[in-house]
Amino acid sequence: MKKLEVSAIKEGTVIDQIANKSTFKVANILNIQKIKQVVLIGFNLSSKKLGKKGIIKIGGKLLTQEEVNKIALIAPDAKVNIIKNSEVVKKFTVNIPDIIEEFMKCFNPNCVSNHQNILSKFHVINKNPIRIRCHYCERHMGADDIELV
Amino acid sequence: MISLKDKDIISILDFTKEEILYILEISGRMEKEACPDILKGKILANLFFEPSTRTRLSFEAAMKRLGGQVIGFDELGTTSTVKGESLRDSVKIIEGYCDIIVLRHFLEGASRLTADSVGIPVVNAGDGASQHPTQTFVDLYAIKKAKSDIENLSVGFLGDLKYGRTAHSLAYALSHFNADMYFISPPSLRMPKDYIEELEIRNVSYQEVESISEVSDKLDILYCTRIQKERFAEPVEYEKVKGLYKLSKSVMDGLKVKDDLKILHPLPRVDEMDESLDETEYAMYFQQAHSGIPVREALLATVLGVIQ
Ligand SMILES: Nc1ncnc2c1ncn2[C@@H]1O[C@H](COP(=O)(O)OP(=O)(O)OP(=O)(O)O)[C@@H](O)[C@H]1O
Ligand SMILES: [Mg+2]
Ligand SMILES: [Zn+2]
Repeated sequence: MKKLEVSAIKEGTVIDQIANKSTFKVANILNIQKIKQVVLIGFNLSSKKLGKKGIIKIGGKLLTQEEVNKIALIAPDAKVNIIKNSEVVKKFTVNIPDIIEEFMKCFNPNCVSNHQNILSKFHVINKNPIRIRCHYCERHMGADDIELV
Repeated sequence: MISLKDKDIISILDFTKEEILYILEISGRMEKEACPDILKGKILANLFFEPSTRTRLSFEAAMKRLGGQVIGFDELGTTSTVKGESLRDSVKIIEGYCDIIVLRHFLEGASRLTADSVGIPVVNAGDGASQHPTQTFVDLYAIKKAKSDIENLSVGFLGDLKYGRTAHSLAYALSHFNADMYFISPPSLRMPKDYIEELEIRNVSYQEVESISEVSDKLDILYCTRIQKERFAEPVEYEKVKGLYKLSKSVMDGLKVKDDLKILHPLPRVDEMDESLDETEYAMYFQQAHSGIPVREALLATVLGVIQ
């Protein structure tokens, strides 16, 4: 077995090929602070494809496609590996959903979603590069404008 | 068969080409025929969280001409918002008092939130800097009247294209009709990237220029917008551009234009159109303003389901 840059887990999820600068945002979106098991976060790892990349390994928790899609905006190239008995048993990539709810903030200070107690909501209008439109104020945002709630 | 019953009028993006054409057709009918009691027994609530006399009166007039009644407010002082009630709660309660809500609000997206919160139709009468779709239907109706067909036109948008929300929505609407668009503005007031992006998604052909003389000979319609002094950080900046975007009879005489060019403007005007323009064959903006009532009548009657 090849040597792993971030050490091994027995069972859980490995999110690989995370755009380096998004590593901690991904951790936030997946609400990783709340997890009781071992979590390993790799940052500034070298990658042939991305130059530098991040990896997050979450012990005990098997993420679903739906959960993973939440990170599509900021880590579109991420690869998800489900590990059982220390082996990769399933791999999938993230899909950009058509509608994104909850975890992001509209960057328009005059948007109603920033003044009333409601969940934000965005429509994906372009997947590559990613562009989203606020359901309420209709302003467009790109990956750099994305701010988490 | 198109039915707009219970449809909200929030953003021009929500309308298909067929729906737009249908509304224009009904507007034409409303202009010709009086229908004094098709909305008898219906109540419209004008909720103006931000004052706007003209828009409020135009909805009120349209509703009353069709036999309906109007309730509402136009200042925050008397509403429970001042006591901290959420917009969602307010409109859910008001929903019980009326058949349709017309909303003007200072927050962008407030009308979408309202529409998502209530079951009755909601009309956006302007929310913040974003959309003002009923004005767009008025503009389209004026274009259709001027040209009889709104397909394949060359349309110039002149002035403040950065903040002019009516220009934004009109460009969206015209993207259904294979328009060639010319955006004529100073560099600091260009069409925002968001709108350009939506137009590109729709494969619209457009060109951005700084001077009307570069494209004047191509235009079938020239849509002017207000250039507001307040938008400029430096008064000198304003002084520099204002003349360039000011139309008058003599400016028009000096330009190469089509004989049947028509000029539109959502009004009120400030400095950008001289009164000398009013007497020219190009001026269409007063007729455009008068279409406000039949177009709003058509919108109210179709979403309230009395015209199918
Ligand atoms: N038991 C394990 N514990 C922790 N991480 C693991 C484990 N097994 C594999 N990984 C990690 O999961 C990712 C995918 O592993 P795999 O062996 O499929 O590598 P790969 O061939 O590079 O895959 P890919 O082509 O998807 O990049 C790698 O980042 C690897 O370090
Ligand atoms: Mg690899
Ligand atoms: Zn917004």
